[in-house]
Amino acid sequence: MKYAYYPGCSIQGTGRAYEESLLPVLKELNIDFEELEDWNCCGATAYMSVDEIKSCVLASRNFALAEKFGYAEIMAPCSACYLVLNKAQKYIETSKPVAETVEKALSSANLKMTKKIKVRHPIDILLNDIGLEKIKQHVKRPLKEFKVATYYGCQLVRPYSTFDDQYNPTSMDRILKALGATVVYFPIKTRCCGSSLTGTLPEPGLFCAYIILKEAIKRGANVISTACPLCQFNLDGYHDKIEKKWGNVRIPTLYFTQLMGLAFGISEEELGINRCIIPLNIQSNQTVSA
Amino acid sequence: MESVKMNSNKEGARIGFYVCHCGHNIASVVDCKAVAEYVSKLPGVVVSRDYKYMCSDPGQELIMNDIKEQKLNRIVVASCSPLLHEHTFRNATEKGGLNPYLCQMVNIREHDSWVHSDRAAATLKAKEMARAAIQRVTHHHKLETKKVPIRPSVLVVGGGIAGIHAALTLANAGKQVYLVEREPTIGGHMAKFDKTFPTLDCAACILTPKMSEVGSHPNIKLMTYSEVVKVDGYVGNYTITVKHKPRYIIEEACVGCTECINACIYTTAKFPDEFNEGLGKRKPIYMPFPQATPQIVVIDPQTCIQIKTGKCKKTCLEACLDRKAIDFNQKERFSEIQVGAIVIATGFKTFDAHRIPQYGYGKYPNVFTALEIERMVNASGPTGGHVVMRDGSEPKSIGIVHCVGSRDKKTNHYCSRVCCMYSLKLAHLLKEHSGAEIYNFYIDMRTPGKSYEEFYDKLLNEGVNFIRGRVGEVTDWAFIPEEEGKLIIRVEDTLAGYVRRIPVDMVVLSTGLEHQPDADAVRRMFNMSCGSEGFFLERHPKLAPVNTFTDGILLAGCCQGPKDIPDTVAQAGAAAAEALVLIDKGYIEQEPNTAFVREEDCSGCKSCIPLCPYSAISFDEQKKKANINEALCKGCGTCVASCPSGSIVQNLFEDEEIFSEIEGLLLDNINEKFAQGKTTQEVLAK
Amino acid sequence: MQRCRIFMQELVRTIKYESDRVPGFGNEILKVPGCENLQSCIQCGTCSGMCPLSIYMDFTPRQIIELVRSDFKNEVLKSYTIWLCASCYVCTVECPREVHITDIMYELKQRAIYEGYYPNHFPIPTLAREFFATVYKRGRVTENFLAVKMILKSNWLDMFKSWRLGLNLLSRGRFPMKPENIQNKEELRKILDTVDKVSIDTLGGISHIGNGTKTKTN
Repeated sequence: MKYAYYPGCSIQGTGRAYEESLLPVLKELNIDFEELEDWNCCGATAYMSVDEIKSCVLASRNFALAEKFGYAEIMAPCSACYLVLNKAQKYIETSKPVAETVEKALSSANLKMTKKIKVRHPIDILLNDIGLEKIKQHVKRPLKEFKVATYYGCQLVRPYSTFDDQYNPTSMDRILKALGATVVYFPIKTRCCGSSLTGTLPEPGLFCAYIILKEAIKRGANVISTACPLCQFNLDGYHDKIEKKWGNVRIPTLYFTQLMGLAFGISEEELGINRCIIPLNIQSNQTVSA
Repeated sequence: MESVKMNSNKEGARIGFYVCHCGHNIASVVDCKAVAEYVSKLPGVVVSRDYKYMCSDPGQELIMNDIKEQKLNRIVVASCSPLLHEHTFRNATEKGGLNPYLCQMVNIREHDSWVHSDRAAATLKAKEMARAAIQRVTHHHKLETKKVPIRPSVLVVGGGIAGIHAALTLANAGKQVYLVEREPTIGGHMAKFDKTFPTLDCAACILTPKMSEVGSHPNIKLMTYSEVVKVDGYVGNYTITVKHKPRYIIEEACVGCTECINACIYTTAKFPDEFNEGLGKRKPIYMPFPQATPQIVVIDPQTCIQIKTGKCKKTCLEACLDRKAIDFNQKERFSEIQVGAIVIATGFKTFDAHRIPQYGYGKYPNVFTALEIERMVNASGPTGGHVVMRDGSEPKSIGIVHCVGSRDKKTNHYCSRVCCMYSLKLAHLLKEHSGAEIYNFYIDMRTPGKSYEEFYDKLLNEGVNFIRGRVGEVTDWAFIPEEEGKLIIRVEDTLAGYVRRIPVDMVVLSTGLEHQPDADAVRRMFNMSCGSEGFFLERHPKLAPVNTFTDGILLAGCCQGPKDIPDTVAQAGAAAAEALVLIDKGYIEQEPNTAFVREEDCSGCKSCIPLCPYSAISFDEQKKKANINEALCKGCGTCVASCPSGSIVQNLFEDEEIFSEIEGLLLDNINEKFAQGKTTQEVLAK
Repeated sequence: MQRCRIFMQELVRTIKYESDRVPGFGNEILKVPGCENLQSCIQCGTCSGMCPLSIYMDFTPRQIIELVRSDFKNEVLKSYTIWLCASCYVCTVECPREVHITDIMYELKQRAIYEGYYPNHFPIPTLAREFFATVYKRGRVTENFLAVKMILKSNWLDMFKSWRLGLNLLSRGRFPMKPENIQNKEELRKILDTVDKVSIDTLGGISHIGNGTKTKTN
């Protein structure tokens, strides 16, 4: 099956390393996908604060486009997009006025939503469609030196636990273990990183990030893995400010796809690892295991 | 003009009709006057009245007087559910000099006024239902109730405090009682408690005398480690099949000397002790606790080497040479008992704290459940009454989290009723035993019981901290250095209006009460109902709180809903009293709704015989006809519906009665619409 | 003496009279899709206890819920709490009464923007409005452009505080030089404009125009 790839705005801006690492990993695993043509903003958090209905309508245009081009599933790697797309579907399903508004708005542009397009996160696809066994087969450089704090962030599993447990998600843990990495016990894997605030009200946003960075170090991690461009930005971008306020908690934050790429033997440059502000300084095991 | 003829009344029917306002319950939605007026014009109706409370004495007297003065021979009362007052109005009919079965009820409360809000439509519905009953009642005839003798013995299922109290009450009244308990000993949850609120008297001190009384009472046959597996029969005559699980001990031979336990090949206890909630250890052969009743040891087949592998030195056998009470080859066996009534006292299970991962039970070693703490603070418990953490050190601060698995739509929506009080009790005991700083986290403090509020007051003055707020999370990640290494309780102090983080050493989860995991199977076996929260449903929440919808089956204790010990004992006493009411009457009057065979129409096909769930139908070989034993028939109607020749008739449900009721419901309404000049199409179009 | 004067200046009446309430406000919120369970709240505080940002809030989320259903509209819409909500949904997931607190917060933010309750130069609603306008104009959002705009419109001095981050991003190729656009902008605008027309009939007469301000169109 061909997935409609929905990158989302962040992934092509500040979070471009996510895309740079995601695409080669998908290719390595022979996952068939295509970028959804002329996709638009999902109507994420900030937009929803102004107009929830229009946020639904924005999301729906993407569904209608996916339907028009004959896709059954959308792959959304950004947690915020993933949530908003899911949420829009829920709203349309449960509220008749919302459904009617969306229908009328779409039809003004000759678009329609007749079937439910499934929204999938890459983790879900990798785990449930591809499987850990196949992922293991592609590992060329097991991540033996990596002690990872798996950070899922909030919007990946909340409020809809679509493919993992809300309270203690383990999907990313399982993938990283399959890559040979050590996954440390990390009790705040779904605690908010504060990224939606850091730009506007720095103190609370940065405090959220600080707690996560501090705990990751305390639990013995040497890298944080994330699945959301906003989390990555917030955990990686503000170390100078955090350090000034609360002390040094420097630890690199990588996308889980970058870690996968490393394990698959793809070069750091190709994976955009040099784009991290806190550099990755773990020398991974160079021996190539068949 | 088109019209459909109303089924003409039987000759000479003189019907009295009464519609009840039930205060505002009916009258606020149904125009009772209009109903009475409408019915007064129906054929055969001699009297038609509306009255504020028909069930009151003056209401009943209306019926009695009218029967005498107006020479009525049929009565119809439109009021509430027959479940509540059919008996009342049949009685009034009888007192007026008529056979009680010439009275028919119409339920315009539960079926009409309580479920509708459109006054005009509800009034029309009441008229139609009344008309149906008027039609039906003309076909009623005199019937006699039958009397069936009742067995003067009672089965009590469950040996917790509810079952114990019910059994003792009945046994002291001279009745034969069979007490069946699933565990090796009676005592239930109460036996595990340290103290009881609000008096703080020792649970064992008040329970164990009652336990041993059960064990020695001549009228009680105690069956522990046993389960009811089958229930046959009906009120007054139940046949119960009991499964006796093998305890690998010959019960009659064992005297509880516990020499075998000392002799067991395991020199130290190794296996989690159920009675101490896994905090202590026991051997494969064990006595559940020192005061266990009966005083008979039990062997756990999961851990006994001999039973598992057959390769043990069997040192226990040597210790029991005199009495030879140990039998490794024991198999489960079944026995049958006959009883007249049954008291269900199967109790509850505590909420599994693992289900709320945010509270860290099973993840953080020093998060305990309340029941574990009950054992811990008990002087004969696994720590000898010392409050210690899993590493043996003493806690300096303890948080008690209320409402774990209660008042939460994601787990149980209901309030478990006892947790506030037992949490207060544990707060007191923990403070007394450890001197630690105690925090209670509650949503609302619920202390509605005799001397309960006073107990709360006592705790407030003992310096226990009370924080009104539901705990969001128990966790081990710190904000500030002082929190490192502690369990941090994240909560909003809703009264102060601050979000707080409170670091403690130990957390106690006040888990709620849930129905037993097999409640649904038990419900089916005893033909009971369960409420939405899974507890057994009483017949009426106020007026029949210990009865079920099946006659002769009574409820006691937490199987009906969470309750504390005083309420449990009160309910057990009530259930015993209800059982005595049945038994001491000596017989039960059965509704004459039995079926009978019209022999002239019976073809002798025998198809009804295997269908009868009560084995009430036999075949008369001489006449070649089916024959129904009236004493055994329960009036379920299965044979009536299945008879190919239509030869089986059921009292109170005869074809004419039912068909005329249906006609009454439908036909005249159509005529009314025709009378308004509507066409057939319009009438049918609704 | 100094303390006393400050004290006197800060003294404000805290009693609430019935005239301080805006009757019907709670019911209005209650009718919004997603906010239906508002009345089920038992004020247990689980939301506040779990909220990662409640430590900075003037009213805890629990208090906001109570203020909403008691019609204290002015107090709610002026509070910082609604802007501090980062929509991590932990309250919604943990609430024992299934109150969708995050959705209620969204609705309150919308109303505060619509009725102009937030303080001048307050960055969060400014960001939200800029976001909204950018999507209307381009169909996609390019974060760094948005951030710059937001800072200029709220507190342009902040620009200097963020120079290091900007430099870091620039040097690592994470600072796109031109904003992203979709191709079919006309189509998107048409769709969004249609919402303005139809939502008047179906969703209570409040509409929102492309620059992020809400207007009453009826």
